[in-house]
Amino acid sequence: MGELMKRDQLILGIETSCDETAVAIIKNGREISANVVASQIESHKRFGGVVPEIASRHHVEQITIVLEEALEKANVTMAEIDAIAVTEGPGLVGALLIGVNAAKALAFAHQKPLVPVHHIAGHIYANRLVTELQFPLLALVVSGGHTELVYMKEHGHFEVIGETRDDAAGEAYDKVARVLNMPYPGGPHIDRLAHEGSPTIDLPRAWLEEGSYDFSFSGLKSAVINTVHNAEQRGETIAPEDLAASFQASVIDVLVKKTVDAVREYRVKQVLVAGGVAANKGLRSALEEAFSRSNADLVIPPLSLCTDNAAMIAAAGSVMFEKGIRAGMDLNANPGLDIEIFNSEDLS
Amino acid sequence: MTILAMDTSNNPLGVALINDNQVIGEYITNLKKNHSVRIMPAIQTLMDDCEKSPADLTKIVVAKGPGSYTGVRIGVTIAKTLAWSLKIPLVGISSLEVLAAGAARYFEGYVSPIVDARRGQVYTGLYRFENGRLTAVEPDQLVMAADWAPKLANMDQPVLFVGNDVILHRSTFEERMGAKGVFANATEQNPRPSELAWLGKDMPGDDLHAFVPNYIRLAEAEANWLEKQGKI
Ligand SMILES: [Zn+2]
Repeated sequence: MGELMKRDQLILGIETSCDETAVAIIKNGREISANVVASQIESHKRFGGVVPEIASRHHVEQITIVLEEALEKANVTMAEIDAIAVTEGPGLVGALLIGVNAAKALAFAHQKPLVPVHHIAGHIYANRLVTELQFPLLALVVSGGHTELVYMKEHGHFEVIGETRDDAAGEAYDKVARVLNMPYPGGPHIDRLAHEGSPTIDLPRAWLEEGSYDFSFSGLKSAVINTVHNAEQRGETIAPEDLAASFQASVIDVLVKKTVDAVREYRVKQVLVAGGVAANKGLRSALEEAFSRSNADLVIPPLSLCTDNAAMIAAAGSVMFEKGIRAGMDLNANPGLDIEIFNSEDLS
Repeated sequence: MTILAMDTSNNPLGVALINDNQVIGEYITNLKKNHSVRIMPAIQTLMDDCEKSPADLTKIVVAKGPGSYTGVRIGVTIAKTLAWSLKIPLVGISSLEVLAAGAARYFEGYVSPIVDARRGQVYTGLYRFENGRLTAVEPDQLVMAADWAPKLANMDQPVLFVGNDVILHRSTFEERMGAKGVFANATEQNPRPSELAWLGKDMPGDDLHAFVPNYIRLAEAEANWLEKQGKI
């Protein structure tokens, strides 16, 4: 019997769900060969948020440039790629459509398998580019559009045990930043300001029903707005750094407490942090503190892998590819895609 | 030489293959259905039927607008990606020019392709065949149908209106132009993807990475922003 040569698996990932045009090439599911991101943030800043039509236009301008750069950086040709993974959803439909159609054209041109990926699965799998995943695990996903606790018993199997009932944490950050007259995106500004102040203002924490892992941030957002308006009416001034610190403390308390409770109940081996808000220093240190003596390992990816990128899509795509998940040439963008449809028992 | 042409810029979805000087395959539907779901399977089926593989293609031609922003982007994204990854030239042709080409070839006069742009506006241009070639007399533009009609009424020859959306503005043209306005038959209202392929056949390739749809209009947010800056 001759020895089987195990060739490296190369997955090309494409991500265009919001305002980053991104292409990456990942080796064996864990190693980054190329990770190219063209950010549109400078273009959207002047509007105070992402404008969908403008995002879609930028994606068309960037897509082949970013594809070419990724292949050049990885020093591979399309012939060497095993499969093309693309974000199917959720996200902005017009933006998603560019990635989906570019992926289909590439898969067709080179007769490669096409693998649909859920954007949040991508954020979770960004962690696999840092360390190997240990199951069962829990992922805390916090981004501009998502606040979720996802339980995974094995690769490619996702169970949403808690999610936001109204605003995502990142959305609340952006809105509070607007109240404090800070530029878009507000998250990093609030985080920086919070470190200069103290949480002296009493703001609510939405724990919801006993045992619930769901989140709600709209009440907190309204409380911040009311606090500012009431102070204005009384002719008082509130130190913005104290307001930022108090708001951030309220968000972090809830995120950390629910994550700690879920880790205990589900007896997980790992806690993964995923999504753009994972870049938040306050959240990072609160989680590090909370899990310093836990049996569960806390994993927080570097900033470049927390924000939207295609390396995470290719990393998730690698696992989905091995699971046999494929899309046809009729793949469409799905802005409201449910992560649980990728679970194997539903695939039959 | 095998050229693949595609058009998803408005409701009609079209794919054509030409081989040297022959149209070997053509597929058209005129439906309000999702282009993103249907265009790649249409390309795949047509190429399979014509026994062509992606590696056989020597050029991609795409209708680059104006039209539905999302629709145009789907076709342009696929065309750009195919051309880039197969390392073959990409040619973009005006969606209005394609529409004109199908009906204009044997018409003595001008052709005004019409795509509705809502609120009384149309995307249009003015074309005519001269020495066997389609030439633009007036550039593609966004205009009120009621302003376009009197302008055409002064032309020295009749004007043929073509496109599925002509029906929406026919009374405007009839009232203001009388006998000078001529209306195409139902069989000529869809842009023909074979005409698209033909128009791009001998054209040099566009700058691929820089290639974008011709939207004609700025995005609404962009226009509002420029207005606020006092730039327009
Ligand atoms: Zn994201």
